Amino acid sequence: MSDPRDGVVVTGVGAVTPLGVGARTLHERWLAGHSGIEAGAGAAREFDAAEHLSVKETRRADRFAQLALVAGDEALADAGWSRDDLPYDPARIGVVVGTGFGGIGTLERGRDAFDRHGARRVPPLSVPLLMCNAAPAALSLRYGLRGNSYATLSACAAGAHAIGQSLRMIQAGEADAVVTGGAEASLSPLIRAMFAAMDALSECGVSRPFDVRRDGFVMGEGAAILVLEDAGKAAARGATVLAHVRGYGACSDAHHLTAPDAGGAGASLAISRALDDAGATPSQVVYVNAHGTSTPLNDRAETEAIKAALGERAAAVPVSSTKSAIGHLLGAAGAVEAVATLLALRERMAPPTLGHEQPDDGLDLDYVPGVAKPLPPADGGRPLALSNSFGFGGHNVVLAFG
Amino acid sequence: MPATITGEIVEETIRQALPRFGIDASQLTRATTFEELDLDSLDIAELSQIIEDDFGIRVAGDDLDALSSIGDTIDLVLSRAP
Repeated sequence: MSDPRDGVVVTGVGAVTPLGVGARTLHERWLAGHSGIEAGAGAAREFDAAEHLSVKETRRADRFAQLALVAGDEALADAGWSRDDLPYDPARIGVVVGTGFGGIGTLERGRDAFDRHGARRVPPLSVPLLMCNAAPAALSLRYGLRGNSYATLSACAAGAHAIGQSLRMIQAGEADAVVTGGAEASLSPLIRAMFAAMDALSECGVSRPFDVRRDGFVMGEGAAILVLEDAGKAAARGATVLAHVRGYGACSDAHHLTAPDAGGAGASLAISRALDDAGATPSQVVYVNAHGTSTPLNDRAETEAIKAALGERAAAVPVSSTKSAIGHLLGAAGAVEAVATLLALRERMAPPTLGHEQPDDGLDLDYVPGVAKPLPPADGGRPLALSNSFGFGGHNVVLAFG
Repeated sequence: MPATITGEIVEETIRQALPRFGIDASQLTRATTFEELDLDSLDIAELSQIIEDDFGIRVAGDDLDALSSIGDTIDLVLSRAP
C-alpha cells in the first residue's frame, strides 16, 4: 500500500451544469435520475451571473468564463482556500482550463456590431472576452494565482487534458497546486446549426447513449473546476481529500478529422495508458464514466475500446454517461465528468445512463440503464474509476481516480 | 444628438453610462478621476464609443491617452462638438 501523502489529490470541486449550480447538485440530481436537458439542449438555466459576480466582473467575462469563475469559487471554497489566505506561494499555484469555443457569444456579438454599425462600433472588450484562454486568465486574476496558466484546446477532450496536464505540472514539481477544469458556453443558434450541418446533433433532441435509437448528441453548457494539490502538502495543511488523481493516459487516433477509429484503438490505448500510469490493472476498475456521446459511431467504438482495454473485467464494470443527463458540454465535458466520476467513486454509486432502454447489437456492457446502482468491489487492489474523453481531431484522454 | 451640447449634458451622459461599468456615479464631479472610479483603458475605450455615438464626434487613441478625469472628457467633447 503506497503512502497516502504520495501523488496528487483533489481537494475541492465546483460545477455549474444544466442540472444546476454546484458539484454536489450535479451528483445528487444525476444519481436521482434527473435530466437537465430541455427542448433539445442542456442550458445552465439555474445560472445567473449577477447572483455570483459584480457588474464589473460580469461585463469583463464572456459567459464561458463567468461559468468558470463561479465553479472556481465553489471549488476553492470547497478546498478551504480563500483569496486572502492561499495555502501556498501564489507563484506555485497554476491554472489550466480547457474550452471548445471560448467566448463564441462575444465573437458573434462583435460580428453583429461590425455588420450593423461598422468597424468603429466593435466592443473594445471583444478580444479579452472571446480569447480561449480567458477562463484561466480570469481565475488567475480573481485569486492572484501567479503560477503557470494556460488553456487546453482539444475539442471535447479539453477539460480532461487540462486536468491531466495539471497532474503533470504538480508531478514535475513546477507547482504545489493547480486550479483546473473546463468551461463552455456555445449554445448559440449558429454553433448548433454548424454541428447539425455535419449531422452530429440528435435530430430528435434526446441524449440516449448506447441505446439502439441514439441519433447524435445534445449540446450543453457549463463548467467544472477542480483544485489539485500535491498530496503531501495537502496532508500537511490538513486538507480533506476527495480523491487521488492516479493516472492520465492520452493519445491520438490519426484516423479521421471527426470519426473515431471504429475499433476504438486510440481510445483503448488511452485507457491502457491511464491504467499503466496509475500502476493498476483492469481488475481494479470499479466504474467507467464513458464519453458516451449518444452518437452512433462513438458509443460503438467506445464500447469496443473498453472491452479491448479492460478485457474480462469490462463485463463486471458499470459504464454510464453523464451526457445522458446534461448533454455534451464539449470543452467542459471532461472536467464536469471528472467531477461526476470522483463523486460517484466517493459515494460508491454509479449514476444511471438516462434514456437507455433498447440495447444495440454488440453494445453489451452494463450501461446502468435508468437507475443508479452500487459500484462493485475491486477484484484486488485499490478501486479505480475512469473518466473517458475523446475529441474531434482524434484526441483521446482518460483520467483514473482512486 | 442634442441640438446644443453643454458641459452639463455631457456630464449627465457619462453619469448615466457609468452604472453599466459597475460604478456608482452619484458623487461624480468634474474633478473625479478615472483612477478614482477604477476605470481602466478598456473601460475608457468603451466610454469613448458611447460619447462618439451620443455626440457625433470622433475620439482617437491619442485623445484617450490624454484623458484622466471627467472634466477632461467633457472638455474634449465640447471642443469637438459640431
